[in-house]
Amino acid sequence: MDEIFGIPAPLLFGQLLLGLINGAFYAMLSLGLAVIFGLLNIVNMTHGALFMMGAFAAWMLLNYLGLGYWWAMLIAPLAIGAFGMVLEKLFISRLYKLDHLYGLLLTFGLALVIEGVFRNYYGSSGLPYRIPSELQGAWDLGFMFMPVYRGWVVVAALFFCLATWLVIEKTRLGAYLRAATENAPLVQAFGVNVPRMVTLTYGGGVALAALAGVLAAPIYSVNPQMGTNLIIVVFAVVVIGGMGSILGSVITGFTLGLIEGLTKVFWPEASATVIFVIMAIVLLARPAGLFGRA
Amino acid sequence: MTLTRRKLVASVAVGAAFMQAAPRLARAQAANTIRIGVLNDQSGLYSYIGGVNGVALARAAAEEFGNRGFNVEVLAADHQNKPDVGSNIARQWIDRDGVDMILDVPTSSVGLAVNQVCRERNKAYINVGSATSDLTGAQCAPTTCHWVYDTYMLAKSTGGATVRAGGDTWFFITADYAFGHALERDTSNFVRAAGGRILGGVRTPFPGTTDFSSFLLQAQASRAKVIGLANAGQDTTNCIKQAAEFGLTRRGVKLAALLMFVDDVHALGLQTAQGLVMTESFYWDLNDRTRAFTQRVRGRLTNNQPPNMVTAGNYSAVLHYLKAVADMGVAQAKASGVEVINRMKAMPTEDDAFGTGRIRPDGRRIIPSFLFEVKKPEESRGPWDYLKLLQTTPAEEAFRPLAEGGCPLVRS
Repeated sequence: MDEIFGIPAPLLFGQLLLGLINGAFYAMLSLGLAVIFGLLNIVNMTHGALFMMGAFAAWMLLNYLGLGYWWAMLIAPLAIGAFGMVLEKLFISRLYKLDHLYGLLLTFGLALVIEGVFRNYYGSSGLPYRIPSELQGAWDLGFMFMPVYRGWVVVAALFFCLATWLVIEKTRLGAYLRAATENAPLVQAFGVNVPRMVTLTYGGGVALAALAGVLAAPIYSVNPQMGTNLIIVVFAVVVIGGMGSILGSVITGFTLGLIEGLTKVFWPEASATVIFVIMAIVLLARPAGLFGRA
Repeated sequence: MTLTRRKLVASVAVGAAFMQAAPRLARAQAANTIRIGVLNDQSGLYSYIGGVNGVALARAAAEEFGNRGFNVEVLAADHQNKPDVGSNIARQWIDRDGVDMILDVPTSSVGLAVNQVCRERNKAYINVGSATSDLTGAQCAPTTCHWVYDTYMLAKSTGGATVRAGGDTWFFITADYAFGHALERDTSNFVRAAGGRILGGVRTPFPGTTDFSSFLLQAQASRAKVIGLANAGQDTTNCIKQAAEFGLTRRGVKLAALLMFVDDVHALGLQTAQGLVMTESFYWDLNDRTRAFTQRVRGRLTNNQPPNMVTAGNYSAVLHYLKAVADMGVAQAKASGVEVINRMKAMPTEDDAFGTGRIRPDGRRIIPSFLFEVKKPEESRGPWDYLKLLQTTPAEEAFRPLAEGGCPLVRS
């Protein structure tokens, strides 16, 4: 058997592929965070809780209304996105003029409340959610067994990341958004309703998190902590990519997934830390992040 | 309003008088109250094992015991699976809040840290939730009892059964802290003793690992027949789910879930969990007494679920502790943790959840262990009907022999 650095080649390829899959989740979540930070200047600590709500929404739709995975892909982001907009209108919009720290504290507190509510009603042992029948099974790639569903996650994540990037970079709406972040009063003077646009943007970022939650539901058990586990890593991804850089967060998400996958082979104990080591190095060398503008 | 000097002096004097009087009042009440502190994970990945339900059943036991000349108060706190947080709370409870016994404390790293605190302060400590067999081995303490299970018992029952069924080559996926290490060590000993071989293992960061697929692929590459899961809670359920997803189980690799709770089966669903073997010292549907106990208490638990080994353990531990306190008198029980534990060791344990048992000099409670198999979906007759009994290990054989643990209390 061929070996690379003392590791059998099939194992290494397998790990790279798995890294890519995890990277897909990092990318989708950090994309939402980057959009919200870039346009609203809010460090959205509720993102993990909203991701969790997306997964729970999928579970509830199935168990209470009998609506399957594909309906959940449509309804969960809309419902959670709407919930996000309510949050923005009620709480977050009051903090735009204050220091980042206030937004961080508020959204962190909201995340704890949301998680507490779900823990109270659903316990914390997790609920099962089955992979939709169309995506069950696996391809035998020779070097590994590739579950169809995981492949779907990568494709779907790439599609949604690309779509978001196109909307922000290539459409008129995106142009308004970018202009509003540069100079909100001026854009408002041209007749654009900036507060409404900001609310919609927050809703959009939240919808992305909910969508990632639906994608994650069949892979991980649906439980109130599932967001907490991810959010810190995702923040590191956003910091490494450059706060507010959309393309940066997508590329960094996938790359760090790969690096983490490799660490799991060479030094498993360090796999939870490696992303933060990279973050520290990047902050020292390029404080604005790899793709950020200082 | 301006503050005159006289007003200031007067208010300070009144305040000082209250500060003097308040502790005296509290102390008079405290002398006749036994305080039990339930310290466990109330928000993290192990919270579903004990958590608020563990507190509820400790309270249930105190209520059933009733007032026999003294009051019982049950306090609760969240140790967040962090040893420093856990030992700080334990110290505060003992030094400031007058807690007389600390109960539950899952997560072996925290369980061992609190073990030290209670030994230093001479306070009774009944550990229910932690698994590490070191609590009655090298780190045993005269103030400690270990109540329902440990890594040796799990390794002997689940590990032994797996090797006997032909699983003689092993690869471990181990949670990288005291519990995982102890479980891996104890299981490896049984595998080797039975003529099996350990082909390798990975240590996964704890807490914080949700994706185990790369570790599972490494396990598969080792060509071991059995993947030993030396982890617990969501780590275990994620491993089992992902092993099914990546086709490991279909290719004939066997999973040995060395520590599983009935709640894990609930989370996985029978479709995924069927056929797994697991070891418990309590199952709600084991016999008439456990069923009666379950009927009596389940209304107190989240979603009306039946108790598991740990929550039932909290119930049984409080009952036995209070019997010992009543037997020796509150004043003596409050004065010395060692004395209470000695009295507990001198009395046989007896309750509906675990039947009859006894406590050894090293603090280990001796009760039978049961090997279960998870039912197929069509075998289950209703909600929470998940396990069928394969085999019972008698109490005297279920745990590590007294002489082999290396507990200093035994030698002296």
